[in-house]
Amino acid sequence: MNSATNSGRALPRAGWALVTPALGWTLLFFVLPFVAMGFSSLTAHDGGGFTLANYGQFFTNPAYWQAMVNSLQVTAIVTVVSVLLAYPFAWILAEQVPERWQRLALMLAVLPFWTSYVVRSYSWLLVLAQNGVINRALTGSGLFSEPLQLANTRLATVIGFVHFFVMLLTLTIFANLKQLSPSYRKAAADLGAGPVRTFLHVVLPLTLPGIMVGAFLTFVLCVGDYITPQILGGNNELLMPQLVMMQIGRRGDFPLASALSIILMAVVTIAYLACARWLKIERA
Amino acid sequence: MTINPNTPNPTTRKPLSVLKSHLHAACAATALLLATGSLAQAADLNALIWCDHADPALLQPFEEANGVKVNVKEFEGTGAGMAIVEQSQPGDWDVMVIDSIDIPRGVEKGLFEPLPDDKLPLADLFPQVKMDSYTVVDGKRYGITEKFGYNTIGYNKTKVDLADMQSLAALTGDKYKGKIAIYDYYLPVIGMAALAIGKKTTELTEADLPAIKQELLKMKANAKLVGEVTASQTALATGEVDILVGGGEWVTAGLAKENPALDFSIPREGAVLWSQSLAMFKDSKNKDTALKFIQYIMSPEGQARLATSACYWGMPANTKAALSDEQKKILRFDEQPDFLARAQPYPAPDADLDKKMQDVWTEMLQAQ
Repeated sequence: MNSATNSGRALPRAGWALVTPALGWTLLFFVLPFVAMGFSSLTAHDGGGFTLANYGQFFTNPAYWQAMVNSLQVTAIVTVVSVLLAYPFAWILAEQVPERWQRLALMLAVLPFWTSYVVRSYSWLLVLAQNGVINRALTGSGLFSEPLQLANTRLATVIGFVHFFVMLLTLTIFANLKQLSPSYRKAAADLGAGPVRTFLHVVLPLTLPGIMVGAFLTFVLCVGDYITPQILGGNNELLMPQLVMMQIGRRGDFPLASALSIILMAVVTIAYLACARWLKIERA
Repeated sequence: MTINPNTPNPTTRKPLSVLKSHLHAACAATALLLATGSLAQAADLNALIWCDHADPALLQPFEEANGVKVNVKEFEGTGAGMAIVEQSQPGDWDVMVIDSIDIPRGVEKGLFEPLPDDKLPLADLFPQVKMDSYTVVDGKRYGITEKFGYNTIGYNKTKVDLADMQSLAALTGDKYKGKIAIYDYYLPVIGMAALAIGKKTTELTEADLPAIKQELLKMKANAKLVGEVTASQTALATGEVDILVGGGEWVTAGLAKENPALDFSIPREGAVLWSQSLAMFKDSKNKDTALKFIQYIMSPEGQARLATSACYWGMPANTKAALSDEQKKILRFDEQPDFLARAQPYPAPDADLDKKMQDVWTEMLQAQ
C-alpha cells in the first residue's frame, strides 16, 4: 500500500519535472509576451491610459483594413496553388518513384530549403526582373515584344511563396500517402472501383488530414510573412506584416503594432478552428 | 576505476535534483557571461547609427588610434531610433546619428548632452547645413551636421530626356509611366510632392495633405515599385526603372564607377535637403570617447570616409573634407552653393501631423 502510494506520488513529481522546462519556455516566450502585447495594444502611443483607439484605427481606416484583405487574398491563392502543385508531386514521389530512389528524390525536393530565405527571395527578384531570365526568354523567343512586369507585383509575391510552400506541403502529403495501407486500394478495386473513383473516394479523403496540416502551416507562415512581400511585391500593396513593421520602423508605435498583430493572430486562430477537425493528432 | 562514495550516482539521482544542479550551473555561467560582458562594454563606444557608419573603413582608423571598439546598432528613421533608446537602459548608448531636424525631439526627451562649440570645426561647415535652428536648443548645441544631400530626381541619363528632369512635373506625366520607382520614405517624398504643388516644406499643415496626397497618387500611378534604399537603388542600377523619385547623390554617386550614366538633378521647383547629425547621449558613460568620435567623424579624414561610405555616399558637411578630385566630381562638390540655394529642408511635422502624413503615405502604398 505504502509503496504503491509512494510510487503514485513520485510519478507525477517526475512528470512535472520533465514538463516544467516546456511549460516554463511557453510561459516565458509565449504567454508573457502575448499578455504584454495585449496590454500594449490597449495603451496610447503618446502615453495616457486605457484605450481601444488602436483597434478602432484598424477597423475605420480603409488602408489598414485593405492590408488584411490583401493578406487573406494572397494567402488563399498561395495555399490553394501550393496544394494543387504539391499533391501530384507528393503522389508521384510516393507511388511512382521506386522506394530506393525516394529518399534522394525527397532530398532534391527540399533542396531549396537549404538556401537562405532572403537570398531565395532576391534570387526570384532577379529571375522575374525586366532583364531577368523569364523576360529574356519571352522576348528572345518572339512571344512578347516588350518585357512583362513580373517583379514587384502580387504575382511575384505569390511565386516566391509557392516555391517555398510546395516543398513544405509535399513533405506533409508524402508522409500521409506513405502511411496509407495498400489494402484500402485493393479493397476498392475488389469492389469494382476504377483508379479515378478509388482516388476520389478512398485515397483523397484518407490523405485529407495531411493536406489540411500542410495547408494550415502554409496559411500561418504565409499570412505572417514579411520578407517575401517586402522584397518581391515592390510595396505596390501592403500586407498585414508590412503594416505592422511600418508602425515599428517608422514611428516606434508599439501599441498600434501590437493591436494589428493581435488582430492577425485572431485570424490565424479562426483558421485553426476551421481546420481543427483535421488537425487533431489521433491514432486510430 | 574508483568511485567517490560522496558522488551521487547519476542513475539514482532524482530528476528534480539534476535539474536543480543544472540550473545552478547555468546561473553561474550566465553571471560570468554578464560580468565579462559588462566589463567589455565599459571599454567600448556604443553607437546608434545609420548604415553608412558601419563601414569598417570609417571605424577602423578611429578604433586603432584610440584603442576602443565601436559597437554599432543600425536603424532607419528617427522613430525606430527613439524606440531603441526607449527600450534601453540609460547609459547603454554613447552617440547617435539622427536627422538634423529631429534633434529638438531628442532634446525634449532629455536624451542629449550639449556639445562644446569650441572643440568642433563649426567654421568649416557649409553654412546652409549648420542648421542651428534645429541643432541648437536654448543656446546650447546638441548636434552637429556631418553629412547631407538631396532627395530629388535620380535618373539614368541615357534613358531620359535631360530637359524633362528639370521639372517635378515629369514624375506625374505619362511619358515615363512604368519607368519610375519611388523611394519608400514618406518625409522626403511628401516634401517633393509639396514642392511640386508650390508649397514650402517648412510650412506644411494638415490642410495641405489632400493636395499632397493627390500628387503622390499621380506619382504612384506611374511607378513600378516603391522601394527602400537597397530595392530602389537596385531598380535604378539594373535598368528596371529609369527614374527614382527621392533619389540623389546618395544613390548615384556610390554607383558612379559601375554605372556612370546615373545622375541627379535639382529641378526648378527645388529639392529636399536631407542632413544627418551626430549627437551625444546625456547618460553616456564614455563622454570623452564619444566626443573624440564626433571630432574624428567631423575631421577632414573622417568626413571623406563618411562621405564615400560603402552603404551610401553623400556630401560631407565639412568643406575641408579630404576628398579626391574624382570623388568631388562625382559628388558635384563645386555645384553645392547653387544646389543648397534651391533646396528646402525636410518637412518637420509635429507628432500629430507626422501621424497624418504616414497615413497619407500608407494610403498611397495601398492605392492601385
